[in-house]
Amino acid sequence: MLRYLLHKLALIIPTVFGISLAAFAFVRLLPGDPILALAGERGVSPERYAQLIEQFGYNRPYVIQYLEYIGRVLTGDFGISIATKRPVLGEFQALFPATLELATVALIIAVLLGIPAGIFAAVKRGSWFDQATMGVALTGYSMPIFWWGLLLIIFFSGYLGWTPVSGRIGLQYFFRPTTGFMLIDSLISGRSGAFKSAVSHLILPSIVLATIPLAVIARQTRSAMLEVLGEDYVRTARAKGLAPRRVIGLHAFRNALIPVVTTIGLQVGTLMAGAILTETIFSWPGIGKWMIDAIGKRDYVVVQSGLLIIALIVMAVNLIVDVLYAVINPRIRVQ
Amino acid sequence: MKKKLTFAAALLAASVLGGVANAKQLVYCSEASPAGFDPSPWSGGNDFDASSRTIYSRLVEFEHGKTTISPGLAESWTVSDDGLEYTFKLRPGVKFQTTDYFTPTRDLNADDVIFSFERQWKKESPWYSYLEGTGWEYFTGMGFPDLLKEIVKVDDLTVKFVLNKPEVAFLPDLGMDFASIVSKEYADQLDKAGTRQQFTQKPVGTGPFQFVDYQVDAVVRYAAWDGYYGGRQKIDDLIFAITPDPAVRAQKLKAGECDIMSYPAPADIAGLQADANLKVDEQEGLNIGYMAYNTTQPPFDKVEVRKALNMAVNKKAIIDAVYQGAGAPAINPIPPTMWSYNKDIKDDPYDPEAAKKMLADAGVKDLSMKIWAMPVSRPYNPNAQRVAELIQADYAAVGVKAEIVSYEWTEYRQRGKAKDRDGAFQLGWTGDNGDPDNFFFLLGCDAIGQSNYAIWCNQEFEALLKKGKATTDVAERTKIYEEAQVVFKREAPWLTIAHSKVFMPMNKKVSGFVMDPLGIHRFDGVDVTE
Repeated sequence: MLRYLLHKLALIIPTVFGISLAAFAFVRLLPGDPILALAGERGVSPERYAQLIEQFGYNRPYVIQYLEYIGRVLTGDFGISIATKRPVLGEFQALFPATLELATVALIIAVLLGIPAGIFAAVKRGSWFDQATMGVALTGYSMPIFWWGLLLIIFFSGYLGWTPVSGRIGLQYFFRPTTGFMLIDSLISGRSGAFKSAVSHLILPSIVLATIPLAVIARQTRSAMLEVLGEDYVRTARAKGLAPRRVIGLHAFRNALIPVVTTIGLQVGTLMAGAILTETIFSWPGIGKWMIDAIGKRDYVVVQSGLLIIALIVMAVNLIVDVLYAVINPRIRVQ
Repeated sequence: MKKKLTFAAALLAASVLGGVANAKQLVYCSEASPAGFDPSPWSGGNDFDASSRTIYSRLVEFEHGKTTISPGLAESWTVSDDGLEYTFKLRPGVKFQTTDYFTPTRDLNADDVIFSFERQWKKESPWYSYLEGTGWEYFTGMGFPDLLKEIVKVDDLTVKFVLNKPEVAFLPDLGMDFASIVSKEYADQLDKAGTRQQFTQKPVGTGPFQFVDYQVDAVVRYAAWDGYYGGRQKIDDLIFAITPDPAVRAQKLKAGECDIMSYPAPADIAGLQADANLKVDEQEGLNIGYMAYNTTQPPFDKVEVRKALNMAVNKKAIIDAVYQGAGAPAINPIPPTMWSYNKDIKDDPYDPEAAKKMLADAGVKDLSMKIWAMPVSRPYNPNAQRVAELIQADYAAVGVKAEIVSYEWTEYRQRGKAKDRDGAFQLGWTGDNGDPDNFFFLLGCDAIGQSNYAIWCNQEFEALLKKGKATTDVAERTKIYEEAQVVFKREAPWLTIAHSKVFMPMNKKVSGFVMDPLGIHRFDGVDVTE
């Protein structure tokens, strides 16, 4: 198991360098530059522009800029935002708990609803339930998040008044964050109603963010279950007279889990991508909105370091998923 | 005294953290996160709203809702006959805010004023570069490094600005956000502690509200400053709920999650006006949306061609379709609300037949050109792509073939400055300080390569601009600028498209909010009825 883990870790190192290079290049390939973005419509004189470019070091060869950047990253220095002048790592640490909280709740919703829906659809293949579930899943998968979010806000917040429109907690609750996770902070704040307010603010954004992963997980579970349900050993189990619940739950589902776990692991990337739009619509102060702002301002430092940190986190999650595979299916370790 | 103030600060923090029963609270749904709370390094309107207009004050202030200046931290001032020396008498007893991170030991004095400017000006000041890559863009952009000769402390409450050349807009310039007065004592305290960065994260000013807390990208909290020289505010807590999407801001306002919001989307205005709980204030914006011809490139170097193209465009259709009626056709390069606006000037009539003939007379046949469309929505032009499409159709009617081009926003402005740029370039401007020169400078010879996208250097116009800047008498300046507008209209370096209206939707329980022609959002004097 240790050898397996080391092998996986060894693969991560070149990937990290590849991503750092891609992130560094990506932001520079975008048209526009941070100095002009900072200057706004007033513009900046050519002399002042040259001075600032020199000050930021953007007039030096890309190779030198990259090597300096990666050198600093290796010492844990991810740089200072060009726009806000605050350290990137500090901003990330302040904002990431909000994204993590939202993504976790969204993933829980997606898994808790997606897997049972997929199982039932597979077991009742061809039934109205199957067709309705897969129809809804396809619709969910194809739904533009931006439009879906606004639709939910208009209906549930605007028309019915059931949920708040945006934000993380009611503005009447003010306490300095302890963990950054609003559900926990609101609980330990001791303010009555704070936790309820935090939960109500989470409902719509987490539903929106969960929509695509839920659809993917439901479809993946259904197809994995269908494949396993047709296997000989399942037929044998049934022939032996085992209860259908036991056949599906123990024999079929456990074996169908591997592609489902893979899919769940891959959803971390989808959640990060989905967070960008979800956070923008719901004014959710997380790293998705932060990255969008940084791209708009051509804040090279935030974009390149932010992408790298996010990639590191996604890779760490994927590593955990790989380890989970090995736990679920020991044959993987040998391979 | 110090103990008392510290106790007051602790009490304030405790009351804000704990939530005071019956505290009057105003929630403003703002459009973007502030980059920081130092009023001088940044240039965004949202930065100013969150820092200079709430936390800080200036030597002179724009009167609420106007572009005329009134005494601020300076209770009076004198100007020397040659216009080179401005001596300000500071208001005595002005208190800097007492917070849980700073307790001032003295009132505002001349040292604070000098420090506020020198940190943006003198490169040897450690505060000049306390934020990496700070350009002090407004200070430099307004020409202060060349304008200022020295700032002298006459006594504790008297400060003298000595200029290198007369500058008629100097007083309005001092009312601008970058000229906000900061505390030298606080800066010295941070210097000693080695925590200069805190200056922009935990601000201290003399304004109507004091900073309480900022949760990045989410909420900024302020409390009324009891020691404000203009008197304590009627609201206790001011909250900026950062909500970037205009449709979501509108929903929050309707749902009562905020009391007032900025920049509604044109499509939402009718719905907000129809809501019984809301009112929507509106005002002519101090702005202009225009399209600049490249006057150095044929055939746009000919006045008659530019005039003909202007006459080919149906501005009313643009106002109706793109501004949805919330704008007025622009005739001059300055808006009608600006003093010195020349009412006698008539716009080029919309006359496609005459335009066609003028083009033929100028020897222009089968003209193909580019129309540049901004990739972003701006207050002076909500949809440049749509404007470009309408102009394209109008041009086609007079036999001109136009191709619409657009680039990423900074790239767009950069490419627009190219001397050999093809065609007509859409852009606009929103005034900074209410002085006409703040618009006319866009067409000055010195602005070529920066903000003069028409690349137009007309000696007659330039001479008037220079004369206007050196004349202190307002009546005299008015005449000069009226003449400059005649030259502008005759030479037609721009197609002046529109002056847009600005809307401010708010709950009916909000009173005392005055829309500002400069586009800033001020909450001093605002009240909320429960």
